Amino acid sequence: MSMVGGRRSLVIPGEIIVEGNFRAGLNTYLENGKIYSTVMGLAEIRGRVVSVIPIKSYYIPKVGDIVIGIVTDNSPTYWQVDINSPYMAILQVSDALPRPIDPAKENIRKYFDVGDALLAEIALFDKLRSPLLKANGRGQGKLKGGILVEVSPAKVPRLIGKRGSMINMLKKELGCQIIVGQNGRVWINSVNEKLIDLAVKAVKIVDEEAQTRGLTERVKKFILKGKEKIDLESA
Amino acid sequence: MKNKIPVSINREHVLKLLSKGMRIDGRDLLNYRPISINFEVAGKADGSASVRFGDTYVMVGVKAEIGKPFPDTPGEGVLLVNAEFVPLASPDFEPGPPNEDAIELARVVDRGLRKGEVVDLKELCIVPGEKVWMLWVDIYILDHNGNLMDAAALASLAALMNTKLPEVKVEGEEIIKTGKFKPLNIKDYPIAVTLGKIGESFIVDPLLDEEQLMDCRLTVITTKSGNICALQKSFSGTFSQGDVLKALNIAVEKGKELRDLLFSSFEKFSSSKA
Amino acid sequence: MDEEIKLIDENGLRVDGRRFDELRPVRIEVGVLKNADGSALIVQGRTKILAAVYGPREIHPKHLSKPDRAVLRCRYHMAPFSVEDRKSPAPSRRETELSKVIREALEPAILLEKFPRTCIDIFVEVLEADGGTRCAGVTAASVALADAGIPMKDLVVGCAAGKVDGVVVVDLCDIEDKYGEVDVPVAYMPNKGLISLLQMDGILTMEEFEKALNLAIDGCKKIYEVQKAALKRKYDFTEKLKREADKSEE
Repeated sequence: MSMVGGRRSLVIPGEIIVEGNFRAGLNTYLENGKIYSTVMGLAEIRGRVVSVIPIKSYYIPKVGDIVIGIVTDNSPTYWQVDINSPYMAILQVSDALPRPIDPAKENIRKYFDVGDALLAEIALFDKLRSPLLKANGRGQGKLKGGILVEVSPAKVPRLIGKRGSMINMLKKELGCQIIVGQNGRVWINSVNEKLIDLAVKAVKIVDEEAQTRGLTERVKKFILKGKEKIDLESA
Repeated sequence: MKNKIPVSINREHVLKLLSKGMRIDGRDLLNYRPISINFEVAGKADGSASVRFGDTYVMVGVKAEIGKPFPDTPGEGVLLVNAEFVPLASPDFEPGPPNEDAIELARVVDRGLRKGEVVDLKELCIVPGEKVWMLWVDIYILDHNGNLMDAAALASLAALMNTKLPEVKVEGEEIIKTGKFKPLNIKDYPIAVTLGKIGESFIVDPLLDEEQLMDCRLTVITTKSGNICALQKSFSGTFSQGDVLKALNIAVEKGKELRDLLFSSFEKFSSSKA
Repeated sequence: MDEEIKLIDENGLRVDGRRFDELRPVRIEVGVLKNADGSALIVQGRTKILAAVYGPREIHPKHLSKPDRAVLRCRYHMAPFSVEDRKSPAPSRRETELSKVIREALEPAILLEKFPRTCIDIFVEVLEADGGTRCAGVTAASVALADAGIPMKDLVVGCAAGKVDGVVVVDLCDIEDKYGEVDVPVAYMPNKGLISLLQMDGILTMEEFEKALNLAIDGCKKIYEVQKAALKRKYDFTEKLKREADKSEE
């Protein structure tokens, strides 16, 4: 199967993408002069680097990533946080709030309890231990109100868009608070539940059609139509 | 990767919607998800069916064997219902023998079929005290997205409607199969309707997310004539007397809807085979 | 054993009318379950199997984890109504052996080093058993792994060959397996030309064995095309949208 540079083709694991003087990029491997795909996805060639954009992907924590986690358990000195990854994360008491907490004097559950959603940052991940979070930065901490939805982590860049084009359009047209975590979790908040419902649908469209062109315009049209309907219903 | 932890803010959102009579998937409080019923889905079974309520997917296979009757009912066949919550259906299901949820589900479905008199067990007797038909109803949960009870009960009934037994003749000590098959004589059509109570709202056909918020659950199994043949309250909340009567009425009404759907699906299936 | 069953008739045709080198019709559907990370349904003749994958995910208890790679677990299980005589749902010795053999067939293809300290769970549920369940199970599980986005060097395909009434044949159905002489299940990585499952039950000359192995590998290659088509078909709406988008660009 030969490829013309820039054009994308759907490939499956083990399928040969190209032969010749190429380098193996993301989700590919090189063997005997051939570049093979390791996942189902769209094969892409940029220069001499061959990579595959996966259809489905996992979130593997990267230091500095902003993520939305859900507290699943705690000990007296740390919380266990689900970050939608094969790896469960830890938030230690010392990294949780801008001010110090003394676990000997307080029950830390009053700050974050099981089931709470929080905005945090990956502080450390060395693959030998659980990823460590910190939630004491600006804007980080417990998320109150709203709802959480999940998209494929591979689609997060598209949901944000070039220089924030998609996310800014969504926030403007929907009038909702929207925060996108690198781990594929999205927080949406508004006083109007119907707008939240519309926002969830819009986010799901981006998740499903991320690889297509003209997506921002299409989603904007969908939102405007949805808002018209909401206005009609409440009239 | 889908660790099903109840998220507090999502829970509050569901409650807010419910207080306005809405649900997260846009349904009314008393509506079912799209339902599909398919017959003869497992070729080696003597009867089988699968049911989907939205993303919940349950398959039931019926196997008939000739065996010894129970000593206290020598003239009756045997009905045995078992449920397997196979691990592929949910990240929360673990391999191993049925846990208390699986056992409860199987026993409630069993009561519905038995007390609802789906089959006259006396008709399953071949040689009284010696040989009877044993009907194994095996419930296989394939995808758990809420309301397993109603889906399992409906699929079990559908599988029995699809069941054919080999015709047998008794000649002295031997039981000979004539080579012909006869469909099971289905005498009634009990339908299970499970209601969940969240706060003060009653919902029907709960999603997994809604089940995690329910205080209380009541499964009501009603027959074609509108009689109640089985009840099961689960979860650790409580119902008032008024709640129960309200629930029973909803169950009769919704039961009829499901029963009509079952009949039309069966008709479509039967005519496609003709 | 019924002496009257003729597995090969005067025209060289098998009980279901197939020639010695003919496969049963194979159909694969991808992504049939919502909860599982990846899933596939395979129908091969009258054998029907559902395969599902969960993972990579945290492994419990923690001491089972490996520091440098994911742990692969596999459970092959038959539904009680999948066979002629109802089978008890409790795992049998045969199911335990097949769980291991299937796991070892898929393991060489998966890039387990990408997910240290996690586990990947594969579930193979036989809904209807008419011969060749371990091979079809491998075929479906491989598709489920691809559907889950788990990186692999290649897909793995399964196909058995054997000998019935003195003739070496491919893809035995249940009757042929029960009353035939030999069964040789094989699993194969088609782009690499490597065998990852090989068993034999019966007795063959070297020549017969080579014939059987070749038939099985050819069978694997044919079934691979079905796997590939099924996976691509699942996501072809993306292709369609992309093509439409590309067109509007021109």
